[in-house]
Amino acid sequence: MRSKALISVLLGSALVLAACGGDDGEAEADGKTELIWWHNATQDPLKSYFEDVAAAYTAEHPDVTFKIEPVQNESITTKIQVGLQSNDPPDIFQQWGGGELATQVQSGKVQDISDSTADTVEGLGGTAAGWQVDGKQYGLPYSVGVVGFWYRKDLFEQAGITGPPATLDELNEDVQKLKDAGITPIALGGKDKWPDAFYWGYIATRLCSTEALQEASASASLDGDDCFVQAGEVLEDFIDTEPFQEGFLGTPAQQGAASSAGMVANGKAAMELQGHWNGGVIGGLTPDQKQLGDDVLGWFPFPPIDGGDGTPDATFGGGDGFSCSSEAPPACADFLNFLLSPEQQSKFGELNVGLPVAPGTGDSVSDPTVAGVLEARDASSYTQLYFDKALPTAPGLALNDAIANFFAGQGSPDEIVASVNQ
Amino acid sequence: MPAPADLATGRRRRPGRPVANRPRRLRKRVELTLFLGPAFVLYSALVLVPMGMAAYYGFFNWTGLGPLDDFVGFDNYRRAFSDPVFRGSVQNNAIIVALSMLIQLPLALALALLLNRRMRGRTLLRTVLFAPYVLSEVITAVTWVLLLQPSGPVDHAMETLGLGRFVQLWLADPDVVLYTMFVVITWKYIGFGIILFLAGLVAIPDELKEAAAIDGASSWQTTRHIVLPLLGPTVRIWAFLSIIGALQLFDLIWIMTLGGPAGASSTMVTYLIDHGFKRNEFGYGSAVAMILFTLSFVVALLYQRFVLRRDTEGALTRMAG
Repeated sequence: MRSKALISVLLGSALVLAACGGDDGEAEADGKTELIWWHNATQDPLKSYFEDVAAAYTAEHPDVTFKIEPVQNESITTKIQVGLQSNDPPDIFQQWGGGELATQVQSGKVQDISDSTADTVEGLGGTAAGWQVDGKQYGLPYSVGVVGFWYRKDLFEQAGITGPPATLDELNEDVQKLKDAGITPIALGGKDKWPDAFYWGYIATRLCSTEALQEASASASLDGDDCFVQAGEVLEDFIDTEPFQEGFLGTPAQQGAASSAGMVANGKAAMELQGHWNGGVIGGLTPDQKQLGDDVLGWFPFPPIDGGDGTPDATFGGGDGFSCSSEAPPACADFLNFLLSPEQQSKFGELNVGLPVAPGTGDSVSDPTVAGVLEARDASSYTQLYFDKALPTAPGLALNDAIANFFAGQGSPDEIVASVNQ
Repeated sequence: MPAPADLATGRRRRPGRPVANRPRRLRKRVELTLFLGPAFVLYSALVLVPMGMAAYYGFFNWTGLGPLDDFVGFDNYRRAFSDPVFRGSVQNNAIIVALSMLIQLPLALALALLLNRRMRGRTLLRTVLFAPYVLSEVITAVTWVLLLQPSGPVDHAMETLGLGRFVQLWLADPDVVLYTMFVVITWKYIGFGIILFLAGLVAIPDELKEAAAIDGASSWQTTRHIVLPLLGPTVRIWAFLSIIGALQLFDLIWIMTLGGPAGASSTMVTYLIDHGFKRNEFGYGSAVAMILFTLSFVVALLYQRFVLRRDTEGALTRMAG
């Protein structure tokens, strides 16, 4: 009996010790730094691009290595939020700016990189403002763009549409022509809810004055102007034209060939209102996983709406960027500068999956369709940031939910506006 | 008469003075501590402590970052109970529980009775029916999402069979999505019920069935009056596990519908993840988690008190002996 008790003590302590002794994470003792990097590029070519940038940086700074973790877009936000409060936070993580960044900054988990990135920020000009809080820089964008309709020129031709619509009424007519030709007019990723919010957000951008939009973001409230209720009414009329695919409430936005991006990639739908990244996403979902050339895929901005107070060249959009966590080593900010160098940004532009922001790199975008998006971005005098990023996370996601419910036939334009007040 | 010798130690025991028992009791205690210790430590650390912390967080407004400084008392609980989406989620859970009892139970019983007979390919059939239970929830969900696409494999199969007019928007129609999810859940978990009932059926002594046959009972009468009542304890255990599982439904729903179009397929757990953690309202999410815990706990206690009490009294062994 005694030996049995002894064995069980030894086994028990061995188990407990094994469980307690874990990974140390970064080892900085010997001068080597490992940067943990979480980004949302789970598909090529962007995934390989990030690996190449990391390798290029390590080539120049041999004592810095990277542990890269691509995380699917739908899960990365929560993963970052939970990771930041853990004992092993990521060093570099995806950052969309706006109200969400402000909430993260309040907690002190994001590093103030104003000093180490001052030169880069000066070069970026106004674009870097979205990643600032109280004048201090808390992240850098690497791809900023605007939302618009990505459309298939071949399907438009089939339906007898000669060119992109210039007004909302013309868009409705084109939708009808496509339906008559037996083609699904617009693909919508209703399951993920944020694509629905693009419609409401863009209509609000067309109907609301710049002051009303800026006031809404600053006060985190949509009660300040009637135009937001009007946006819901215009949206209702648009949804009533039934332009979307069957079962759009259950279609994901980017995952798999049955997603809305996949539908456009495979010619099952004629167009999709999506962000500047969509060319790349569509390219990853084609049968040969190559991007559709500009002879097949085109782009036009959301058409102007008659009687709207919005600035005519206002756009709705935002960007992707990265932040450093507060405990990240100085190599993190230095890496962000490297990522934003003209050389690396040009390489990014050549991929035609996003829009580089570094000055002078706009020409690196070779695909005419993507270049068109870049031109629209640069020509726009005001870009309204996606509302679920401009507002703090909770009201932003509540707004997405209310809009998604509206698409499902529940709720009203007033309820959409009221949803951000909790 | 010499005092009775102590069997373990061989020492003589003086009546009324259990001195020799003390080292034995101490050793027993040491053994118990050593064996239960690690399990108890792990259980406390991984189950009891997080429960306590969740109860604590439930009283705050907390974004997950920074200190807990926004105490709101029972506001989170009040907010949950007044939220129509949460009430809808509770209702969805209740519907799943009810449907499990009404549909899964007879189905599992029937299949178990069928698979209890000797027939060719019985092992293959049992494997086929049990296989879905072994698949992970994620694989099941991803596969079914692809199968249930509009004009996808399921729709094509139905049309080929001439059932075209019954085709629905399985995952996109708010009126249908919860029942679609129930079908997927049944497909996945029926194997568990079948295995459990098969085990229960095997434990029924053949003599009882033979005696009934001698008395002239038909096979249906035997099943109805002998087999099913003796299967009672197994059924009650299965129902208990099924109810608790239905209350905590998450994986399949989250991957297939994210809580459904406009919350039509949301359950308490998808609600707490969606409205709590995804929106960085960890305090609110914790409060909802505590509501779910209390509900499950009360159901478990009531069930054990009123339904399972029978099983400790009317055990088969007593009847046969």
